[in-house]
Amino acid sequence: MLRKIRIILATLFFVALTLLFLDFTGTVHAWFGWMARIQFLPALLALNIGVLIALVALTWICGRIYCSVICPLGVMQDIFGWLGKRSKKNRYAYSPAKTTLRLIVLAVMVVSLAAGIGSLTALLAPYSSYGRIAQNLFAPLWQWGNNALAYFAERADSYAFYTTDVWIKGTATLVIAALTFVVLGVLAWRGGRTYCNTICPVGTVLGFLSKYSLFRPVIDVSKCNGCGLCARNCKAACIDSQNHRIDYSRCVACMDCIGKCHQGAISYTRGHCPKDEREKAAGAEPKDASRRRFLTTTAAVAVASVVKAQEKTVDGGLAAIADKQIPDRSTPIVPPGAQSLRNMERHCTACQLCVSVCPNGVLRPSARWENLMQPEASYERGYCRPECTKCSEVCPAGAIRRIDRAEKSAIQIGHAVWVKANCVPLTDGVECGNCARHCPTGAIQMVPSEAEDPGSPKIPAVNTERCIGCGACENLCPARPFSAIYVEGHEHHRTI
Amino acid sequence: MQKKKDNINRREFLKRLGAGAAAVSAAALAGCGGRNGAKLPALPEVPAEGMTCRPDPRTGEPVSLLGFGMMRLPSVSGRSAREGADEEIDQEMVNRLVDYAIAHGVNYFDTSPAYCKGLSERATGIALSRHPRSSYYIATKLSNFAPQTWSREASIAMYRNSFRELQVDYIDYLLLHGVGMGGGMEEFEARYMNNGILDFLLDERRAGRIRHLGFSYHGDIRVFDYLLSRHDEYQWDFVQIQLNYLDWKYAKQINPRNTNAEYLYSELQKRNIPAVIMEPLLGGRLSNVPDNIVARLKQREPERSVASWSFRFAGSLPGVLTVLSGMTRMEHLQDNLQTYAPLKPLTEDEFRFLQETATLMMQFDTIPCNDCKYCMPCPYGLDIPSILLHYNKCLNEGNLVENAQDEHYRQARRAFLVGYDRSVPRLRQANHCIGCNQCSPHCPQRIDIPAELRRIDAYVERLKQETL
Repeated sequence: MLRKIRIILATLFFVALTLLFLDFTGTVHAWFGWMARIQFLPALLALNIGVLIALVALTWICGRIYCSVICPLGVMQDIFGWLGKRSKKNRYAYSPAKTTLRLIVLAVMVVSLAAGIGSLTALLAPYSSYGRIAQNLFAPLWQWGNNALAYFAERADSYAFYTTDVWIKGTATLVIAALTFVVLGVLAWRGGRTYCNTICPVGTVLGFLSKYSLFRPVIDVSKCNGCGLCARNCKAACIDSQNHRIDYSRCVACMDCIGKCHQGAISYTRGHCPKDEREKAAGAEPKDASRRRFLTTTAAVAVASVVKAQEKTVDGGLAAIADKQIPDRSTPIVPPGAQSLRNMERHCTACQLCVSVCPNGVLRPSARWENLMQPEASYERGYCRPECTKCSEVCPAGAIRRIDRAEKSAIQIGHAVWVKANCVPLTDGVECGNCARHCPTGAIQMVPSEAEDPGSPKIPAVNTERCIGCGACENLCPARPFSAIYVEGHEHHRTI
Repeated sequence: MQKKKDNINRREFLKRLGAGAAAVSAAALAGCGGRNGAKLPALPEVPAEGMTCRPDPRTGEPVSLLGFGMMRLPSVSGRSAREGADEEIDQEMVNRLVDYAIAHGVNYFDTSPAYCKGLSERATGIALSRHPRSSYYIATKLSNFAPQTWSREASIAMYRNSFRELQVDYIDYLLLHGVGMGGGMEEFEARYMNNGILDFLLDERRAGRIRHLGFSYHGDIRVFDYLLSRHDEYQWDFVQIQLNYLDWKYAKQINPRNTNAEYLYSELQKRNIPAVIMEPLLGGRLSNVPDNIVARLKQREPERSVASWSFRFAGSLPGVLTVLSGMTRMEHLQDNLQTYAPLKPLTEDEFRFLQETATLMMQFDTIPCNDCKYCMPCPYGLDIPSILLHYNKCLNEGNLVENAQDEHYRQARRAFLVGYDRSVPRLRQANHCIGCNQCSPHCPQRIDIPAELRRIDAYVERLKQETL
């Protein structure tokens, strides 16, 4: 019964959380956005005291329910384990706790949190890992499915579905997500919750509490016949059936053992005051010594020349459009609401939720070392549109603070810089002004390129005081592959 | 088998009635079928004979009233060949269309070196060369629009190339292409007068390599008037004009720089110059009309297509030699054959009815784009006609809203924005128009393209930001 409740709740959380990362329309978020906010690390980074107290209380009363129900990465591993169990039953076995490894990882986490090394925090955080997997691996499938529906909708003259672009937002992040997925898959297939009980820092922290939890699975020694069935079905490898002991710091309260015991010897009940059953971890060899490695990508900047406007001799046809390329920004751009690069670095868990919901193709995980996987903005595919505040609505970790449309129109996240060599009035000798026409704040005006000659080609003049760095000018600039106007980020955002 | 038998029954039945094979009314069929209890095809049979022909005033040769325009040939993906990036023309389909057209009495084929990204002449040549040279008339043009082809040598090279592409040693109808477009009189002089090309073409006509010389006209009326004023000297054999029931009296109202077709036609009539009609359907805009117009036309002729009204309008004028239709699909061809084999001329009453229809249509603020794609390719990659047509489509379907309080606002907004992304790739949408204005001089309808694109872009912005 308890197990069934756990499975139903876990399924609900898992599906809803996954939908948060898949849904690009922003409708699911209104319903399930809270599920991201109650994740442990995001709540911690957002200093969401209420959620933290609730999670602590939950764990202290009921054990690591969080790990078996709320954490999507945990549930994902259960799914792998379940698949593994179908090929071979009773596959797990008790193993002693790797306490040293757990403490070391936790220490690394604490240090990286304190030092504000966001990308390291992000790498260790379980919810973020799942977010990356969902965003990088599941979302494309979802979008392709949607695009197939859109294809049919278009033929049926329906506007129910529309096509979305599927593109690799960050190679490094994709590789990390894929590696995480494979490693966790193998570990969970073979040994259940190996990751949760050796590496996951959230698991370690909650383990401290669950060790003293009020309710817990307890073995009734008088009924136990020592068959060991419970231990062989414990995905947390925490039941020492020989000694009738359960390591509650590792137990994720999945309730599997209760039903497995033919003698009815295990029940979820108020336990006695636990004795310190800390075992020596000295002899234990770290099983998972090899750690994931970082991969960086070097953005190969192809030097392509601007496609020259061709003279018209025949009718019809479409001129080739070269893809825009990312300009070399000396300061990265983070979305409005992020307040500053430092705030982003300190708070972001790199869960990719903002990247998932950005409808304009602006946000993508960074490939820079110092904030690997954390979001940054670039404008080759679209720009930060004035009506959109989606990333600020979804961020669970306080890295992007909630803003409304009015605030957004006044937050300066960067400023536009003109690149004379690319500007088409000068290179092609045509009238343009597309940047000025589309600037939402009216920060750009067109002025004669030669002060004495009012008839000379007009070039943009940027009033950086009014520019908010939204990138409309950069995105809509006709110069390709490099725009004649691009946005430099600001370390600190300010309201103009 | 069943179907064949029905056809025979029907034919006999009709013969007895003396109705003839042509202009079969499906109402009659329905009656017949009802009595026999037999299954009937929904569409009337395409008449194999009875194409209305008009004698060429100079040679007396019969020219089919339906002329095949080779500007909108099908591409391999089934769309018009001028769409898409690098799609080939579906030559097999072109052959089929041409064979079918010739078999059903069409003998006038109109092309140009510029059509279908420059591929139309070759495709036309391949398809037609499979038939005896005497069974068709070819019309092509000297399309020296680009300044680089204004020189005498380049123009003559273009002219000679047409012979090669079309695989012929004489051209039945040759036109100065689109006089009056772009820079008006000045551009006309640069293209045909200063380089002596018009004199060259007159010589070619005397030599018999051009059997009829004429011009197609768009835009600046001064060029039209000037060329007609020199008719005694040049002896125009025909003139190609844009004519349809909307342009008859409203061309000038749609765009002050254009001229009503009524004037153009009557000027030609005065001089007994046969008129070749282009844009009888306004590039499909007169077949894709607002719903209330569909209802109005259908009420009058429930079993005829909306397009058939336009073709009957153009064909009913006695001074018209042939009416060109750019037929991408077999269905277009078959529908037009229904209309013209033979033509049932408009009655006075029907003529008035169409003029009233035109008045009604003028209340809709559609952009007069015919999808001729003369404006393309846009050097900055925009897909101009697709943008304008999407706007017109939404207008016709009632999906343009005045403000957010509108009852259908949500649904109309979605239809416009989702449809916009479907019709036009994002990078080719109106917000990328820089206003270089290289397109407008090419527009036969003289649309101020950058202004229209800006208007559409502003509308899209208001929809996206929900500030309508």
